[in-house]
Amino acid sequence: MQIRISQNDGTPIYQQVVSQVRLLVSSGRLAEGQQLPAVRKLAEQLLINPNTVARAYRELESAGIVVSRRGSGVFVSDSCSPLSRREKNRILNDRIDALLAEAVQLDFDLENVVTLVRQRGLRFCKGEKK
Amino acid sequence: MTDNVIDLRSLSRAFGKKQALQNVTFSVPKGSVFGLVGENRAGKTTLLKHAFGLLKASSGSIAVFDLDPVQEPAAVLGRIGYLSEDRDLPTWMRVDQLMHYRSAFYPSWDHDYAKELVTMFDLDVKQRIRSLSRGQLARVGLLLAIAHRPELLLLDEPSSGLDPVVRRDILAAIIRTVADEGRTVLFSSHLLDEVQRVSDHVAMLHGGQLLLCDRLEAVLSQHSRWTIRLPDRIQVAPNIPGGVSCRGEGHEWSVVCNGRHEQFQRWLLEHNGKVIEQATPSLDEIFVARVGG
Repeated sequence: MQIRISQNDGTPIYQQVVSQVRLLVSSGRLAEGQQLPAVRKLAEQLLINPNTVARAYRELESAGIVVSRRGSGVFVSDSCSPLSRREKNRILNDRIDALLAEAVQLDFDLENVVTLVRQRGLRFCKGEKK
Repeated sequence: MTDNVIDLRSLSRAFGKKQALQNVTFSVPKGSVFGLVGENRAGKTTLLKHAFGLLKASSGSIAVFDLDPVQEPAAVLGRIGYLSEDRDLPTWMRVDQLMHYRSAFYPSWDHDYAKELVTMFDLDVKQRIRSLSRGQLARVGLLLAIAHRPELLLLDEPSSGLDPVVRRDILAAIIRTVADEGRTVLFSSHLLDEVQRVSDHVAMLHGGQLLLCDRLEAVLSQHSRWTIRLPDRIQVAPNIPGGVSCRGEGHEWSVVCNGRHEQFQRWLLEHNGKVIEQATPSLDEIFVARVGG
């Protein structure tokens, strides 16, 4: 499980862990039933406070992304797939909001942004086919 | 018995005319990673030395495990691991001799763990202390501080002047220590990004006084940083009510607020200013705002 902590954006560290695990799960890089690293191990790997990891895991659990089985660890929950579509939308929506905020700063209106996205999209798809 | 490992009550200490600590009161909860931040000579080392019983409170008190470390060193010091800023290890000893010597002081010295650390830190135990590199010296100091699995780990500027690889080792040791149920770490540091990463509590000292002390999360969420644009160019930082610091020039200024920012927003409205960005500042930015402001 590869997670990167950035201290330059103001996002609290536990939220960074939460959103990256969500991303890993909805992109399938963490499969249903797969075990997550133990709190202590992930804390040592990321060099962050173990309580921060524990808090992220609790949050993921209450969101239904993971289940913790007493004594054996934390696992990606089986019932994750129905969430996945909504989850994917949520992740993309966050990015779109950031894009729109920047667009407003630069005096682009919505139509301009949509046009630009379409143009970039076409180029992106061509690149994919090569 | 309280849930605090260290309790400072109005602790003051002067060296001649210089007031190193003034009326400092706070507690270090059990199981926390407590970051002590401040400029050079802010009083961090003096405070840690009091906790380790190297200095006696000139007024006020400090209790460690509910005991006075000066009065009852035997009951306190064996449960503490201490890494001093200048490391002060006997230069003529070999690493293995020093480990043997230190282990005699601590009934709880864990020989297997010490061996494990030697391997992990890639130490040559036959080397003399004087011939160690700066990074290896720090690792030896760290090993000696943690091999008896102390309940409380005191680290004075453990990372300063070290390369990123050694800093990683030190942070990992802090995390490993606290992950062991109930153990507590109090460390001082200049590297605020490290403090923000590993601590759950933070205290800020400035000129011997306690500027703030809270859970890290509370410190971060109480402060806010605003980038504003003013209609007129100004050369001198405006005095903004509710702002702890204000930096910039001309039209654009960056303001750090603490707590309620209604006053600041009212001021902004009165001066026809516009908010360009609002963000949560990093601990580093808060420190600069509070201390340099």
